[in-house]
Formats: sequence, C-alpha cells, structure tokens
Amino acid sequence: MNFILHIWRQKNTQSTGNFVTYQIDNIDSDTSFLEMLDQLNEQLIDKGEDCIVFDHDCREGICGTCSLVINGHPHGEKKATTTCQLYMRDYANQLELWIEPWRAKSFPIVKDLAVMRESFDRIIQSGGFISVSVGSAPEANSQLINKDDADCAFDSATCIGCGACVAVCPNASASLFVAAKINHFEQLPHGKIESKKRAERMINQMEEEGFGSCSNHRHCEVVCPKEISVSNIASMNNLL
Amino acid sequence: MYQSITGEDPYEVPMKIYPAPHYTMGGLWVDYNLMTTIDGLFACGEANFSDHGANRLGASALMQGLADGYFIAPQTVSNYLARTKLEEVGDDHPEVIASIESVKARIDKLMNAPKPTHSPDYFHKKIGTILWAACGMSRDEDALKAAIKSIKELKSDFWENIKVTGIESDFNQTLEKAGRVADFIELGHLMCIDALGREESCGAHARLEYLAESGDAMRDDENFSYVAAWEYQDTDPTLHKEHLNFEFIKPTLRDYK
Repeated sequence: MNFILHIWRQKNTQSTGNFVTYQIDNIDSDTSFLEMLDQLNEQLIDKGEDCIVFDHDCREGICGTCSLVINGHPHGEKKATTTCQLYMRDYANQLELWIEPWRAKSFPIVKDLAVMRESFDRIIQSGGFISVSVGSAPEANSQLINKDDADCAFDSATCIGCGACVAVCPNASASLFVAAKINHFEQLPHGKIESKKRAERMINQMEEEGFGSCSNHRHCEVVCPKEISVSNIASMNNLL
Repeated sequence: MYQSITGEDPYEVPMKIYPAPHYTMGGLWVDYNLMTTIDGLFACGEANFSDHGANRLGASALMQGLADGYFIAPQTVSNYLARTKLEEVGDDHPEVIASIESVKARIDKLMNAPKPTHSPDYFHKKIGTILWAACGMSRDEDALKAAIKSIKELKSDFWENIKVTGIESDFNQTLEKAGRVADFIELGHLMCIDALGREESCGAHARLEYLAESGDAMRDDENFSYVAAWEYQDTDPTLHKEHLNFEFIKPTLRDYK
C-alpha cells in the first residue's frame, strides 16, 4: 500500500507549525498505524532528517499515551479504538492522510504530534483519589454493592485519560474525562465519603486549566476509545 | 479483539498463537522496604525483583504494582522521609556535577558515533533477534555462549555505528530510544549470563539439558534455590546469591501428566 501523508510538524511549543507532505510506499496492510510512522521515521533517519515525534507507549490500547487526529478524527475513524490499534488495512480507501496532534489550548504541543497533557494530571491531583484510610479489604459480605453500581463504576474506570474527548470538543471541554474519574469513585462506598468536595475541586481545576464547558455536543462519546458514556457528565452535574 | 488485531476471523481461520517475550523475570534489587541500593531510591511494582520467582503469569505484574503501591510504599517511603533529614542539594554539589557530566558524555557519544550508519530500531531488532533465539523459554549452553559473544559484538557495533538525527537539546525521541536500546543490550547480556549459570529448569524457563523424561522442567533446588542479584560492573557483573528458605511448602518438580 502507498500513502501520501500530510503530517503536522512543529519545532516546539512557541513556534508555529505547518503540514509537511511525505510519500510512503510498500506498506504491508497488516502494519499498524504507528508502525507505519516508525517506518517513515526510519526513512527520515536514513536521509539524516529529524524524526517525527509522536506519543506512544504500550501499543496495546490500554495506556492512554497515543493520540493523533487522523483525517479529522481523534484516534481515527474506527469506533472504540485507540490510534495504536489501527491498522493500515483500515485505510485501504483513504490514500491521503492528514495527521495532526490533539488541538486544545490546555494541551500545548511539545513537538510535532506530541502534546503536553499535564493538565489532566493536575485535575487528578486536585481530587481524583480517596484520601480517607479505609483499612484493609473488608469481609466481602459486610458491605454489599449492587452489581449495576459495580459495573457502572468499572465502566467509568476504563477511561485511559487520552484526551480524545477534549480534542474533538468544539469547546475543548474535559467534561467527559472529569466525569468519568468522578463517577468511578462515586458509585462505591469509600468513594462516596468525599463525593461533593471531590467534584467541586476537580471541576474547579478543569476550569482553571482553561478547558471549556460542556454544551452537549456529545462528540466526545463518539470518539472515546473506551466508549465512556455522556451519562457520566449528567451524573457529575447532579453532584453540584 | 483477535480479529481487530490480525484482521482474520478466528471462526474461519485457525488462530495464530505464539509466546511473546515480555518479562525479564526480574528487576532492581530492593530491601524489605522496597529501597534499592541507592539510599532514598525506592523501586515499586514490576520494576523490582521482590515478589515473583522464575515465572510471571499474565497480570501478576499488576498485582505487584497494586500491592507495592497500596500496602508497602505508603508506609516505607513515609517512614524513610520521617527519619531522614533531607538537606538541600545545590547545582554545585560534586555529585550533581559528576552526574551531569556523565549524562552529557553519554548523550554526546550517542549523538556523535564514529560512523553513524544505523538507527536505534536497527539495533533494537538485532538484540531482540539474538535473545528470542537463545534466551527465550527454552535455552541451552551452546546457544547462550554464542549469544553472549554476539551481544558483545553488537555492543561495540552499536557504539561505533549508532545514528541519531535531530539535536540533543530538542525533544528527541530517536535519542531517547538510542539510550534505551543501549540499556537493552546491557540487560540482554546480563540475562544470558544469568541463564547460562543457572543449570536447572525453573519457572517459565527450560534449560534443554535439564528436563525430566516427561519433558517437564527439572528443578535443582539443592544448588539453585537462590535469587541471583547481579551487581553492575563496567566489565562483567558480579553475582550475589540470596538463598531462599521455604519453611512450609517445598518447591517440587511439577509433573503435568
């Protein structure tokens, strides 16, 4: 397979970037999207050029490090999939690809396609934890948890904090991320103790970081690689 | 999940299953408080050697991360901080100056190899291929000795021919990878030395010379019931044996038949 790639190149946070066009040929259809970029980087090293910087780590779809907006879609068009789990066979009909970083003021570009997501860390630091000591694991039958609640907490906990929800949102809102993190604790007894305080702190921090507010576009739910539902945002708003 | 990764429908085409190298089955030496040999540096989770033996099944690394993070580190790290007077260290401290110099020298060596020819990925694949063939789940003396020799050659080849593009003062992932591959070469070398010394089959590893007639792993607890803690040296690493004491349940040959 042959592709024409328009890739966003930006030297650092301060500089202005632009698209640079590359041609890459003879890509096996079973090559993953990031492996395709690896191959392009190998060619750049051969030519003595600086490699394209992009975020990646586990490449198993579980760590939340990879990003990329591909032809306008965060994590590509494929549903419930992170960029690292995309394969070039998924792009058989799109021979020209536009590859961009997450674009949001609160996610400054470090270089090329890599963005700084420390704002998410600061939101977690502001309240995304349980500070009360609940001792060791209690006897399993002493505090029964409804299966629906446990499942709901688990669904929220699957958020990997990648930031696709922010990248797609016209307001660059981090509501889906924050709501998932809040609801993950909210459904369980030891998380309920700090419920309101946690929500207030995390939402304040989200606003302080410059993320916008939710105006129910619901694009976040569509692009989320872990299919976090926007109903999390409704539950979060109920806490205030 | 299988279909999304391979593009093949497992109901139609047989599934392709093969072992993948993922764990080093070891990690940094730590004491009971999870502190490394460097005072004040704690290693938690998969990065240390402490909980697992010669085998790590899927997700057991998560267990170690959770156990260390939830039960041990909060007590031991706070205990350390409470008992230690942490004096401010300025940029002019001799240790700081020495560290900066050694890091700069290493970066300089990676950026300016005598004959820059091959990318970090090239060397990564080379070390991977050597280890996959000689230091995988099954290994034997001849292959390990040959691997140690090839890794030594690869190491000098690496420092002679590594090619890193871009500049060192930028965010440079090629440089980052080159540094990691240099470490992998060191670690791969150590793994082969360790595997060569352990003349028994244990945990996930089968030394082909030491298999029971049934093909099961043949342990030798009389001679090898110890943790091999290797101390880094510029030349060959030094072995410190920490003997294991099994009071209640004795390890035995596992027979799957």
